[in-house]
Amino acid sequence: MTAASEKESRVSDQFEPRLIGFLCRWCSYNGADLAGTSRMKYPPNLVPIKTNCSGRVDPTHIMKALAEGADGVLIAGCHPGDCHYINGNYRTAGRFPLMHKLLEQLGLEPGRVRLEWVSAAEGDKFARVVTEFTEEIRALGPLGWRTQTDVDPAKPGTAASDRVEEAVPA
Amino acid sequence: MAEEKIGVYICHCGTNIAGTVDVEEVTRWAAEQPNVAIAREYKYMCSDPGQDLIKQDIKENGITRAVVAACSPTMHEPTFRKAAGDGGLNPYLLQMANIREHCSWVTIDHDAATEKAKRILGAQIHRLPLNVPLQPIEVPVNPNVMVVGGGIAGIEAALKLAATGKKVYLVERDPSIGGHMAMFDKTFPTLDCAACILTPKMSAAGKEPNIEMLAYSEVTQVDGYVGNFKVKVKKKARFIDTDKCTGCALCTEACVVRKVPSEFDMGLSKRAAAYIPFPQAVPLRATIDPTRCLTLTGKKCKQPCVAACGPEAIDFEQKDEELELEVGAIIMATGFQLWDPTPETRYSYGKLDNVISSLEFERISNASGPTGGHIVCKNGEAPKSVAILHCVGSRDDNHQEFCSRVCCMYSLKFAHLIKEHLPETEVYECYIDMRTYGKGYEEFYKRLMNESVHFIRGRAAEVSAVALSPEEQGELVVKVEDTLLGITRRLPVDMVILSSGLAPRADAKATSQIFGFGCSSNGFFLERHPKLEPVSTVTDGIFIAGCCQYPKDIPDTVAQAGAAAAGALALVDNATVKVEPTISYIDPEKCSGCHICVGLCPHAAIQYNAEKDAAEVIEAACKGCGVCVAACGSGVPQQRGYLDEQIFAEIEGALVV
Repeated sequence: MTAASEKESRVSDQFEPRLIGFLCRWCSYNGADLAGTSRMKYPPNLVPIKTNCSGRVDPTHIMKALAEGADGVLIAGCHPGDCHYINGNYRTAGRFPLMHKLLEQLGLEPGRVRLEWVSAAEGDKFARVVTEFTEEIRALGPLGWRTQTDVDPAKPGTAASDRVEEAVPA
Repeated sequence: MAEEKIGVYICHCGTNIAGTVDVEEVTRWAAEQPNVAIAREYKYMCSDPGQDLIKQDIKENGITRAVVAACSPTMHEPTFRKAAGDGGLNPYLLQMANIREHCSWVTIDHDAATEKAKRILGAQIHRLPLNVPLQPIEVPVNPNVMVVGGGIAGIEAALKLAATGKKVYLVERDPSIGGHMAMFDKTFPTLDCAACILTPKMSAAGKEPNIEMLAYSEVTQVDGYVGNFKVKVKKKARFIDTDKCTGCALCTEACVVRKVPSEFDMGLSKRAAAYIPFPQAVPLRATIDPTRCLTLTGKKCKQPCVAACGPEAIDFEQKDEELELEVGAIIMATGFQLWDPTPETRYSYGKLDNVISSLEFERISNASGPTGGHIVCKNGEAPKSVAILHCVGSRDDNHQEFCSRVCCMYSLKFAHLIKEHLPETEVYECYIDMRTYGKGYEEFYKRLMNESVHFIRGRAAEVSAVALSPEEQGELVVKVEDTLLGITRRLPVDMVILSSGLAPRADAKATSQIFGFGCSSNGFFLERHPKLEPVSTVTDGIFIAGCCQYPKDIPDTVAQAGAAAAGALALVDNATVKVEPTISYIDPEKCSGCHICVGLCPHAAIQYNAEKDAAEVIEAACKGCGVCVAACGSGVPQQRGYLDEQIFAEIEGALVV
């Protein structure tokens, strides 16, 4: 049996969610590094994307991930008061309830987008959060947004800037 | 976008990656991805031959972008970006895919790890064509250094830096520098008198023209960035003109408030409201305690201190001063606090007389301490028997999980001092394990075993005053399981010393937030890398030394202070430093001038330009958090290195497999 077919047979057993994790560079990315250095094991479903601050995570990044086939999105930043940029994580925290509201309005389970504070010393917490989140999304099932809505996600380089030009009358 | 030729380099990292991830399979897969011209695998990409692969491909095979799938970028991104630069490629056209810390080390299933490695790598392959060349921003460096904390670590770091000709601000919260070491009697294992070896350094720091001592001062705010910190320091009012004060202590003698527990003597002696904490204090200046002084608390006082002071140094009108200092680097040396044994109620600390903490014993055995160096119980009599209980608050899941590293040795030192002062006194050491790891430490332990000290292997269960036999009457009774004999023993003793662990300072967290770096889960300051950067923090330009990082003995503290001084010097000895160019920019043509980003910027780095009706980024102030980018409804601010389109491309790439 080849590796690929072996994987297929395993995947057919249970749904493997695809998750994107936005990790702030100072705390949570290093927390994820520490989980690795400490050889903690957690499910392989989440792919980390590094940003300088969790406050950099734009709602469009989350929608983009969901539109591209992610079943869930994690945002992880420094604990309140620990932000390398004084209060960037407060912006994230302030934005987050609006994000949940938006998801509800779109008919999506808010639990598909999760916000966590993970410090650079919390490798164990990072592993636990990813494990929990994977199981939660597994329980929710596939999002399948792309197939459900027939969305043609914006191509790179067009999303943000085009939106502006459309909005501004010539 | 133009056709790009991407070189992909996948590292085995010995078996660290290749043991879990099928590197050959990932390489085959990568070679088929869009824009990928070359995909290679190599045993150790960080080795010189590994780096040469990238350089050669740039020069000979014309690759225009590169991605190294290996360890965390925190580890080797500078290495590979430099290699790319050496090969003639802009360093910012190289990305790293973290398939070790985030993949091979955390995944059990090999197939799943291989798939995840493809996703992590795919994200970077997708992003790379959108990368644009960037240049690090070069900023000037202020040559001055601030050292926060005036214990042995801070003093040592300050002296080392001053010796190189750098100006050092030494900030100490207490009225005198010296820290915990000034309170000790002897130091293990050599039994050097702590004061004899510390006070020359304290006095040298006081006299050193390159050191500006800011005692009785606290840092309240830190702004800026590597090479260019702006620090606000509150110089607390001493109510003494330190230029006039000669340190004669006549005010102390004259002061009518005489019953203030002395902090320096752990409350075992009393001081006046006008005081000098200890005779060798540096700076040797009096301080008036505003919480105890009758005049300063609004009560009536004839102010005999004013009459006693020849040089008229007393100034009840003095106010706190706020200083704004500019420095290029900061060394944190804020130390530890002794773990307060009160919560360990079974040891009856604070409830039974003659159950004392280790720091209290340091003062009792110290010749300049409250008992003049005579080891005595509260009633003034020499103890006939003493039990020393190890690991109080350390190695204890209920309190602090870690080993405090110095307690075994200081407990042995106590036993020696007791035997030296009182040869007939029985001394019991109740320990879990004897940890004597340093130079000369095991030898000291062996020496003590020949000094008729009783070693009992077992953590003490309780200290009580409940007598079960006539010989226990009126004594403290230590109950302990002797695990080597397999029996429970009851030790009637006159004095119990609790060898308390070292704890992070109660305000360590708040302090770390002022300076902008983190704490470990145990509460001590977090170093940048536990092995290779133990004196750096995640914030460039801020270093740590001594027990604020983790419990350590004096030799290690001094060594670390030297390392921190060298780290700071390596920074401030340069005219300029390069900082990451990943900052925001705003296209004034697109900006509608709505002001949203202006108020959100944590560093006040965005201002509104009325003439252009647009927001502007002040490049020198922007630190690159990207909050403005995410906040703008029109997506006008963008962050170099983290453009929306780059992040979108990473998302796509992470989801293609």
